[in-house]
Amino acid sequence: MIRDITLGQYYPAKSALHRLDPRTKLIGTLVFIVSVFLFHTFLGYAVATVFLGGMILTSKVPVKFMFKGLKAIFLILMITVVFNILLTPGDVLWQWGILRVTKEGLSLAGRMAIRLAYLVIGSSVMTLTTTPNQLTDGLERLLRPLNKIHVPVHEIAMMMSIALRFIPILLEETDKIMKAQIARGADFETGNIIQKAKNMVPLLVPLFISAFRRANDLAMAMEARCYHGGDHRTQMKPLKYAGCDYLAYGVLALYLAVAIAFRAVGI
Amino acid sequence: MGIIKALKLGFDYLKYDDDGNVQETQRAVDDVNLDIQAGEFVAVLGHNGSGKSTLAKHMNALLLPTEGTIWIDGMDTLKEPELWKIRQKAGMVFQNPDNQIIGTVVEEDVGFGPENMGVPTEEIWKRVDDSLNKVGMTAYRHHSPNKLSGGQKQRVAIAGVMAMHPSCIVLDEPTAMLDPNGRKEVIKAVKELNRKENVTVILITHYMEEVVHADRVYVMDSGKVVMTGTPREIFSQVETLKQYRLDVPQVTLLAYELKKAGVEIPDGILTTEELVSALCQ
Amino acid sequence: MSIELKNVTYTYSPGTSYEIHAVRDVSLLIPDGQFIGMIGHTGSGKSTLIQHFNGLIRPTSGTVLYNGEDVWAENYDRKKLRSEVGLVFQYPEHQLFENDVLSDVCFGPMNQGLSRQEAEKEARKALLQVGFKEKNFGKSPFELSGGQKKRAAIAGVLAMNPKILILDEPTAGLDPKGRDDILDQIAQLHKLRGITIILVSHSMEDIAKYVERLIVMNHGQAAFDDTPKKVFLHYKELEKMGLAAPQITYIMHALKENGLDVDENATTVDEARESILKALKGNRSKQAQEEGSSGQKAEQEGRKNG
Repeated sequence: MIRDITLGQYYPAKSALHRLDPRTKLIGTLVFIVSVFLFHTFLGYAVATVFLGGMILTSKVPVKFMFKGLKAIFLILMITVVFNILLTPGDVLWQWGILRVTKEGLSLAGRMAIRLAYLVIGSSVMTLTTTPNQLTDGLERLLRPLNKIHVPVHEIAMMMSIALRFIPILLEETDKIMKAQIARGADFETGNIIQKAKNMVPLLVPLFISAFRRANDLAMAMEARCYHGGDHRTQMKPLKYAGCDYLAYGVLALYLAVAIAFRAVGI
Repeated sequence: MGIIKALKLGFDYLKYDDDGNVQETQRAVDDVNLDIQAGEFVAVLGHNGSGKSTLAKHMNALLLPTEGTIWIDGMDTLKEPELWKIRQKAGMVFQNPDNQIIGTVVEEDVGFGPENMGVPTEEIWKRVDDSLNKVGMTAYRHHSPNKLSGGQKQRVAIAGVMAMHPSCIVLDEPTAMLDPNGRKEVIKAVKELNRKENVTVILITHYMEEVVHADRVYVMDSGKVVMTGTPREIFSQVETLKQYRLDVPQVTLLAYELKKAGVEIPDGILTTEELVSALCQ
Repeated sequence: MSIELKNVTYTYSPGTSYEIHAVRDVSLLIPDGQFIGMIGHTGSGKSTLIQHFNGLIRPTSGTVLYNGEDVWAENYDRKKLRSEVGLVFQYPEHQLFENDVLSDVCFGPMNQGLSRQEAEKEARKALLQVGFKEKNFGKSPFELSGGQKKRAAIAGVLAMNPKILILDEPTAGLDPKGRDDILDQIAQLHKLRGITIILVSHSMEDIAKYVERLIVMNHGQAAFDDTPKKVFLHYKELEKMGLAAPQITYIMHALKENGLDVDENATTVDEARESILKALKGNRSKQAQEEGSSGQKAEQEGRKNG
């Protein structure tokens, strides 16, 4: 399990989508999410489906990876669907006691399901084709204007990328401490919720101490390597837009225009 | 003046009580004098808690002296307003390989130092290529550090320091958490940097085999430098070293024991070859 | 009180592209009361192997028997197994969590169902046996030095009264004196409690000094399993595995090659000293004889040897 998380979402491949600048992909995802909410007819969703399908094909990532993310939200998806079906008033199609299904309910549930699913798949396309590092770089650049209102954008991005590096290490450490405590007779499985929480102490205390020690060490290591904030810093891999990015922005603009037009016309 | 010079250096760790008042002070470095010349390979030996790591952190201005002065390449760490200028001169490699790699990809980690120093992008790439090459890690440049062995991680850390073009590199127990092969790998890389690139090396360790090839050895105990000399001079004093919670390589110990038993051999034998030629004349 | 592994294989992430065979078809018998060393470079499978001994991980195939019973049989009490087979992980000081040392050491015995009072009795005994000073019992584990922390952590497992104690590199990160102290203490425990000890180490010198049986792991298999002296005879093969014999072995071989009649089987400094002194005495008397008959010839011979 831990191994799976270590690898993260990124799926290495050589595709046009992989080559795009992370900023393009971030904005692209944003446009796609907006479009999913702009569309509200099934014709609109068909357009979104074609767009998403096209992206998945260009990404060269096997389709099953795209749907992996859906597994995680399956429960939320189901709850949303059930609630929408049962709680929306309108033309009653079927009734049993207080449970009733309406025409509006079905249509709303369908729309919500599609929106949620597309949201997840759309973001998956981005995370599968972009390394976590590129993502943070992209975010940092896109959010840079916020610096003017004193949001420490560089620091936030640095924190994100450090977190990304240490998550697998801490997961491994959790595994190790857990095993060590089990060897001392600890029990992490049985008991009621309060007991379980209490049983976690021998795992959590060492884990926090280790995390603090690592944070301390890392801060020192960064200082030793002349880290003194984001000012005057240069970049080894500065982000640069290439031809394909401009092309991608063109496609995105067109797609967004279609979505807005659909909304305006009411289809 | 040498690259690193310390005069009557002293440092106290302060322990605070709950109200933030100083409860007790603990002297970690006491009256240390050093003069390390450019190009030297210097080893600092000492048991855990002897103050050697505290001393090392002064060489990088991570700690500032409570008493006395330390100059790094002529800069007084107490008087320099921009400490990162000192840190760039004296690169530092730490003990835990996991807790000093910042990048999620090897080459990006090596580029971290130069990025902080504001080196132009093209030059960063040149330095990264060059540094990875020097420690023999070029083949792993696109790897995630999490997938490397301990010895490889430490070599990446060394490359990260080399990319800053320091005049000396301070290694604070770089091999303490490694297995014997990782240890050899790292020491070999360090020796080569010293010999081929003429980088001044300050190696802090408690593994005696690692200091055999040093030009000079300092032994520390309770914050003080208690012995100085060439490895041969130091290792000939087996009993004194034991007092300081250290030991000598097995070959040195054997030679010492033989001498005690009346065999005529010279003091401070450091290698198998030396012992063999002393015994089989 | 024996552990027996029969054709144990362990595979990480089987069926995926990250499949790693950490342990392959290992069969071992650990009888009562032995002091066993286990050595192997990082990734040789030794850490995975020792986790089979107390049922922390389940073999992908093969069986683990404790006193003849399959520990992965249904209804087998693995919690009890873990209290009889104590496992001290690498850097055990990272598992300390209580406010004071004594309470931390009590954690294991209390998990076995002992009352705080009974647990404290075991904890005190264990702490004293690993050489932990009584005046530090009430200290926070985080105030202690590295060596003291390690002792406290080892006591934490020892207090559960295991019949078998497995230690994964208990001296990692310690200075020479700290290392010798801990190892001496472990050897002392072996004598005092008569328990089986399995010591995982990277140091051939330590192994040579303490253990009676040495298991060498390589590529997930037990490459050698014999007395240390016999294993060190294969020092060239050990080198191919990324290991090395103790420095003394090399010295003795080099001396022999250069004409000094020493015992190549010596592995510790003491043995080597005795053997060399004996050989030198032999040489001297030989030389004295030869010098008596034809001094010049002996000198030439000597030069050739040198």
